[in-house]
Amino acid sequence: MTTPDFTHFSPLAPAYDDRTDSDDVPIRSARLRRWSETLSLLRGHPGFLLALAFILFVLLAAAMPTLLTRFDPYATVPLEKLRAPSLLHWFGTDELGRDLYTRVVYGAGLSVQAALLAVSIAFIGGSTLGLFSGFFGGRIDAVIMRLIDVMLALPSLLLALVIVTAIGFGTLPVAIAVGFGLLPGFARTMRAEVMRVKTLAYVEAARLGGAGWGRILVNHILPNASGAVVVLATLDFGVAILVASGLSFLGFGAAPPAAEWGTLIANGRKFLITAPWLPLLPGMFVALAVFALNHISRTLEEVSK
Amino acid sequence: MKTYIISRITQALLVLLGAYTITYVILYLLPSDALSLMLTASGVDADTLSAAQLAEARHHYGLDRGVVDQYLHLLGNLLRGDFGTSLSTGSSVTTLLADRLPQTLMLAGCAITLSVTAGVGFAYTATWLRWRPLRLALRRLPALGLSVPVFWTGLLLIQIFSFTLGWFPSMGNKGFASLVLPAVTLSIPSAAIYAQVLMRSFDDVWGESYIATARAKGLSRAQIQWRHVLRNAALPILTLIGLQIGNTVSGAVLVETVFTRVGVGRLAQESVLRQDIPVVLAVVTISAAAFVTINLIVDLLYPLLDPRIARAAKVT
Amino acid sequence: MTGTSQEPIIDLTDLSVRYHSGNQIVDAVKQVSLTIAPGEVVAIVGESGSGKSTLANALIGLLSDNAEVRTGTIQVGGEDMTHASEGQWRTLRGRVVGLVPQDPMVSLNPTMRVGRQIGEAVERARGPRGRSLDADVLELLEQVGIDQPVLRARQYPHELSGGMRQRVLIAIAIAGQPELIVADEPTSALDATVQRRILDHLDVLVKGRGISMLIITHDLGVAADRADRVLVMQAGRIVEQGPPASILRAPAEPYTRALIAAAPAFRAPLSQIGAKPVTATLEILRFEAVSKVFALPGEASWFGRGPKPLFQALDQVSFSVHTGQTLAIVGESGSGKTTSLRIALGLDKPTSGRIIFEGRDITGLGWNEFRPLRRRIQLIQQNPFASLDPRYTVFESIVEPLQSFGKYTAAELQARARQLVDQVRLPRLALNRLPRELSGGQRQRVAIARALALGPELLFLDEPVSALDVSIQAQILDLLGDLQRDLGMSYVLVSHDLAVVSAIAHQIVVLRGGRVVEHGAAGQVFGNPQAAYTRELLEAIPGRVA
Repeated sequence: MTTPDFTHFSPLAPAYDDRTDSDDVPIRSARLRRWSETLSLLRGHPGFLLALAFILFVLLAAAMPTLLTRFDPYATVPLEKLRAPSLLHWFGTDELGRDLYTRVVYGAGLSVQAALLAVSIAFIGGSTLGLFSGFFGGRIDAVIMRLIDVMLALPSLLLALVIVTAIGFGTLPVAIAVGFGLLPGFARTMRAEVMRVKTLAYVEAARLGGAGWGRILVNHILPNASGAVVVLATLDFGVAILVASGLSFLGFGAAPPAAEWGTLIANGRKFLITAPWLPLLPGMFVALAVFALNHISRTLEEVSK
Repeated sequence: MKTYIISRITQALLVLLGAYTITYVILYLLPSDALSLMLTASGVDADTLSAAQLAEARHHYGLDRGVVDQYLHLLGNLLRGDFGTSLSTGSSVTTLLADRLPQTLMLAGCAITLSVTAGVGFAYTATWLRWRPLRLALRRLPALGLSVPVFWTGLLLIQIFSFTLGWFPSMGNKGFASLVLPAVTLSIPSAAIYAQVLMRSFDDVWGESYIATARAKGLSRAQIQWRHVLRNAALPILTLIGLQIGNTVSGAVLVETVFTRVGVGRLAQESVLRQDIPVVLAVVTISAAAFVTINLIVDLLYPLLDPRIARAAKVT
Repeated sequence: MTGTSQEPIIDLTDLSVRYHSGNQIVDAVKQVSLTIAPGEVVAIVGESGSGKSTLANALIGLLSDNAEVRTGTIQVGGEDMTHASEGQWRTLRGRVVGLVPQDPMVSLNPTMRVGRQIGEAVERARGPRGRSLDADVLELLEQVGIDQPVLRARQYPHELSGGMRQRVLIAIAIAGQPELIVADEPTSALDATVQRRILDHLDVLVKGRGISMLIITHDLGVAADRADRVLVMQAGRIVEQGPPASILRAPAEPYTRALIAAAPAFRAPLSQIGAKPVTATLEILRFEAVSKVFALPGEASWFGRGPKPLFQALDQVSFSVHTGQTLAIVGESGSGKTTSLRIALGLDKPTSGRIIFEGRDITGLGWNEFRPLRRRIQLIQQNPFASLDPRYTVFESIVEPLQSFGKYTAAELQARARQLVDQVRLPRLALNRLPRELSGGQRQRVAIARALALGPELLFLDEPVSALDVSIQAQILDLLGDLQRDLGMSYVLVSHDLAVVSAIAHQIVVLRGGRVVEHGAAGQVFGNPQAAYTRELLEAIPGRVA
């Protein structure tokens, strides 16, 4: 290899003849680096950790409620009815003497199930549609976007009501309804991202390097476009919880004595004057869960920049 | 330009048709036994009827027609303004809607106006303030507005302003006072979204180069925010208003239930409870029509407000 | 002429400015002293990170919130503004100091009519004008050389060309009749010929009114052409200052000498270009009467079906590239040079004409048919900040073409990657770095390494150094020259910058409006240009005259 001569032409270039770094610099994967960097960034956000802890609590309540409370959510204890919050009953008791905190914990199950299912449907369906739309463009894009327009005209709650009218309540149908309500958001976001990345210089460079579209899709477009969709998924998890609880508030949730959050609030409504903790505390719990998801979503968005 | 308008209107009508079709399919084709569902909704026990009576009922409800035939029949009626007959009350659905729609429109209209004003005002103030702690606190607030269930907010407001302070009634449709709490409740989620999007938009615009030019002219921050930032940052809000109609309708169902108001929202809730299929179909159709109309108006209004779209670039 | 005393308009004494960003501290300006006398034109020359922009912002009070003036004083128009409040600065802005911002394409409010934006500046500086505001605005538009001022005043920025927008910004700057104009990077965003005309006009305005001007630039040529006094900044300090003639002829400091040596405009005198021998070698690529016509996008409608307007991007363009040599395609925006590039790379099909590569007709080949040629034809893109996937390490970016074309073992890929980074003179440690950890010049080297991975014979270079600092430009151009010599590659260089072209081109094709205007050996084109347009381009190179 000829020694480059810089002296007369570009005096600002550093000399490169002497190799001080050894020939065997180990080559490391980028994936590990990215993950460890993201994790360390997230650790520096105390709000994020708090929100994450709360959501994990909610998920635990959904999966294994017995770990979190020793009361029976269904057993009626008439002597204990309508007690205000105390050290024994953290959220107080309802008109049948049941511990409200326990009812809230057990109520997590159905809401979380429905919400997770709904977001999964919306995420998978919407991202696929958005991918096709953004990637292929043209007629396919036009058709898919018209489909999305139609879906936008039917909001989650209304669609869920329609389904409940037709076939009654069920976690699966309701989840599908809510999922379809959320789907347009995912489709549009994915479409916008795919269209953005597709026109970036490094995609063109990969094409000129001989890469086929399949390779480019998997290695360049999807990884760079999916950040926004993941952020939306955490956000919409909260939205799905809100819609599900709205549905059960209206009386279209699981049959009593099931302790869904919306049902708890609806039942407690009669006691708004006499025992305000009955409707208000479960609602606050829902608000906190959704707020935590909102915060997680925003932190993820900041970190991905 | 005329072709643009015509094509947008056609598009809107097609979307409406699509929404109607999907709802029809779910309501009429999904149930395993549509007849017994309809009979129950009318208050008749299917088991008490003879075979002949069942056949007669089937014909009465139009269920002996073919699927497509039934669909076209209903659609034809719809275009003539006939929404059918309510199964549970027997009255004309059109009458039911006509009685209740004005109330809901009033509620929704107030809520939308409130939410846009509050959202824009909030974002404007939050951006204009210079004191850091208050700024930070205000920025977090919309997220809270988005997280609380709208029916819970309603209950909370009733508890405070109706039961404790006694300023406003907690239910009914009498007079303007009864509109205040429901409208405020309904406006909160939308206001929160407008505030959030607008704050971000303000931040983006403040970072633009043309703002530096404005500062170099010697303009004050207040002048820049009013003359340059607002117009450019607020454009996305228009599109957002169109998209929020869906949320407003859903919210109306919940708010009218919480405040026990007369309106299309509560009609929806009652109809679902009674599985009154024609009414549910009518309500969803009206809602979709509202959505499509508002968005059409927004689409047609946009070029008027954004000069970059209206005029093609003329470069010499 | 302002008949006041000889008091300088600007007097900076020992100024230091520090930025606080997160936990980091950056001293952008270190103990800078500077005076500008009335009627004087001063230029500050520096590369990125030199602190010149911070200095300009300090003069008009537009330092960002996280900036801190640590020491020194700032005197503007005789007043001490070192720790002035925003209100105090506002009285000066527009009236004492005017700013002509850097990029005219983004410096005007897109939703406000141009006349109103100028009117705003007038009213701010001179108070409410009532009915005579319109007359004031029209007068300013005429003064800055905008034709049809009544029409233009009612238009929006996107309806004006870049050059016109720049003139509007000048009108805004002089509206308040300031004593000093700060022109920030006036040569960055527009074509050289347009810039030349605008700068000439600005010179006339400034001299005519007897006001001072401060030019902030990275281009030593512009500074030399336009200024009475030139200051060279490096890493926050003023390294050297003096009249342009003495700076250029007898630079005292090594950094100044390095800048002059690196600036393509000053590097080689005209007579020496063309010292590259144009030996008769084989032809590797030939364009034969290639034309390309585009249908312009019509209004988005479902039913509109009228005839669409056509745009002729290329008109009977012919040229050839010889093995081991560099052909430069030169033109301003809209000349068709980018279209030629895309056609040659198979990204677009010509409307007529042929493209011959190594004797084989490759016109209109489908993507899959073209693919095998990708091993032999490669591209270096313009923007090093967008041409690398931000999630890929340098290693992964470089070996991607190899993975697209065949199955190699990890060991083989790693060996090849090491070989490539050596060739582009990057340290081996760079292989594990992500693009955001690299400078612009380093990223461009990675792009070159990636392009070399498959061992191509023909390399297309699309404005390969326009986004880089002058000193880095020199390094990359050297690297490219050495690689051509060592590997025997042919280059097609597309550029608007004749100075860059002079550094490595053997043959030159000048395009204008899609047509070949001039064509020949580099020495010929530079030394004895045939076309008037070529002469215009040569004259527009700042600093050439010196």
